Amino acid sequence: MSERPVRILVAKAGLDGHDRGAKVIARALRDAGFEVIYTGLHQTPEMIADAAVQEDVDAVGLSILSGAHMTLFPAVLAELRARGGGDIVVFGGGIIPDEDRTELLAAGVAALFTPGAPTGEIAAWVRTRVRARAV
Amino acid sequence: MASDKRQWLAGEYRATPERPVRFSTVSDMEVDPLYTADDVPAAAHRDGLPGAFPYTRGVYSSMYRGRLWTMRQFAGFGTAEDTNARFRFLLGQGQTGLSTAFDMPTLMGFDADHARSRGEVGREGVAVSTLDDMRTLFQAIRLDEVSTSMTVNCSASILLAMYLAIAEEQGVPWTAVGGTIQNDMLKEFIAQKEWICPPEPAVRIVVDMIEFCSRHVPRWHPVSISGYHIREAGSTAVQELAFTLADGLAYVEAAVARGLAVDDFAPRLSFFFNLHNDFLEEVAKLRAARRLWAVLMRERFDAREPRSLMLRTHAQTAGCSLTAQQPLNNVVRVAIQALAGVLGGVQSLHTNSLDETLALPSEQAVMVALRTQQILAEESGVTNVIDPLGGSWAVEALTDRMEREALAYIRRIDELGGMLRAIEVGFPQKEIADAAYLYQQQIDRGEKVVVGMNRYQVPEERPPELLRVPLEVEAKQVERVRRFKESRNGRAAYEARIRVREAAAGGANLMPPLVAAVKAGCTVGELCDVYREVFGEYRDPGWV
Repeated sequence: MSERPVRILVAKAGLDGHDRGAKVIARALRDAGFEVIYTGLHQTPEMIADAAVQEDVDAVGLSILSGAHMTLFPAVLAELRARGGGDIVVFGGGIIPDEDRTELLAAGVAALFTPGAPTGEIAAWVRTRVRARAV
Repeated sequence: MASDKRQWLAGEYRATPERPVRFSTVSDMEVDPLYTADDVPAAAHRDGLPGAFPYTRGVYSSMYRGRLWTMRQFAGFGTAEDTNARFRFLLGQGQTGLSTAFDMPTLMGFDADHARSRGEVGREGVAVSTLDDMRTLFQAIRLDEVSTSMTVNCSASILLAMYLAIAEEQGVPWTAVGGTIQNDMLKEFIAQKEWICPPEPAVRIVVDMIEFCSRHVPRWHPVSISGYHIREAGSTAVQELAFTLADGLAYVEAAVARGLAVDDFAPRLSFFFNLHNDFLEEVAKLRAARRLWAVLMRERFDAREPRSLMLRTHAQTAGCSLTAQQPLNNVVRVAIQALAGVLGGVQSLHTNSLDETLALPSEQAVMVALRTQQILAEESGVTNVIDPLGGSWAVEALTDRMEREALAYIRRIDELGGMLRAIEVGFPQKEIADAAYLYQQQIDRGEKVVVGMNRYQVPEERPPELLRVPLEVEAKQVERVRRFKESRNGRAAYEARIRVREAAAGGANLMPPLVAAVKAGCTVGELCDVYREVFGEYRDPGWV
């Protein structure tokens, strides 16, 4: 089976409109050779999980800057599992205090990038940690 | 003369090699090594004096010798009680105006008990769903003794209705109520992305508020035309300047088309700019903004009243310039940015807190931010002289250049058919996304330096004391909204909502039925549902 390119859903959860980071990451990952789909703003965890499964993505990059990360990350993980997408890698970025970070990583979020992380570092992480799933 | 600079550049200057970097502003505008009188063709003389057209040197003749800027720290988190306590703390510390941050559900027009609000209640600002919440927010604060700024846009009409209802309860006449509501929907579609309905009805609601305030709340600023969020979304300084003024022109055009006389409402339009790190660029931007607005208002709308021509502005230091790494460095960034604001002649200022890339600002961090303004105002001496950088060849040349480049953008938007059409085709959105991506690439390659982030990194120390909003706040607020809905007269609330619906569908001014509706117990979410029903919902086109 020939290896297909890694597909990533860049998703913007929550009610806020801070999409600068999500858009920059979407472009940077695309420029790094990945297939990238961007959900647009104001997505619910259900909408994100639906899109991830329908688009057969290998990873979801979730951007949350509204302070609702402790609610939204676990909800996205649960909705993915409920749709048989439990093996989709979930990573994210945003303003996330240390204690919350530890808890989210323990709950199954694969990596969390803080504001200021170079896009190259995120692309390198995706390259080593995300494989094209058998679909 | 012109040849002197050229000769000097080619000769003596060349003799010493430059450091191997690109000498450009944070917005990537390349600058000359030196500016001389040749770069400023009589501009320094053209602009004359402060308090006179075209106001480049300041909108008031005495500027800070007459009155310091308003020190207005943006605050809001948790419940209305929590924020009321922070307001009273800030007023006690010598702050001179209030500025309210609402939480995301309130900003997007959802009540705390709505499914879309889960996890977001009280987190980024204060939760206000009901008139009861608004009353608590301003408990023991007389609305004729403070000027209040409310940062809210797509649900602004409802929050203003609530504020006016509370003024009435306090026995304060609307004519004595002063303040500002952000209410700039065009920049929402361009940059901040908080919306309910599509651009055309959104602008209609803004014009309703401009019209209503000009008749009934004469000391209120019904729209604060905002470049702040455009810059935070990643624009350059020129784009911030151009898109903001183009938004302002679009509101004036819409209000004039409604039949309002320009000089009846334009004096109450105010602005809100960002203050980024590049000191000279920011000073030049503010000076150019005043000159451009005065000229455009006179040329395009034949505004005569001096206050219609004056660009009065609030400014805030750039949140996007602050780093999570070595957060104490942010104090220095904020001080430099605030100084640019003061030398740029702003009327009101918010200084960001050093810890806000990590969490909501703690009380200690807010105090340092406020003290920064007080040190500028009372220790630095820069308030003693009006527009002290005026006449600097570099600043004057950059002011001219910002004006020229912004005007080119404004003409481009004119050609597209105005700002509403430009937004529909995604013109400003794409320009900003391109600039944001370019900047990020420059950071990643190390061409632009952010101290502590891509240079001079250290193993990270523990972050300073942080403010956490406990998760229980949400449950408490949800319960409070439910109780409010149960205890009100449901019939009266329903009928009041029908009146709002009729005005929305029929075109009558929305403000009078909105004030009646909030008094009858209608909530922010319910009234925004009326907008959703009548006008439809706008969806993010998702351009990358």
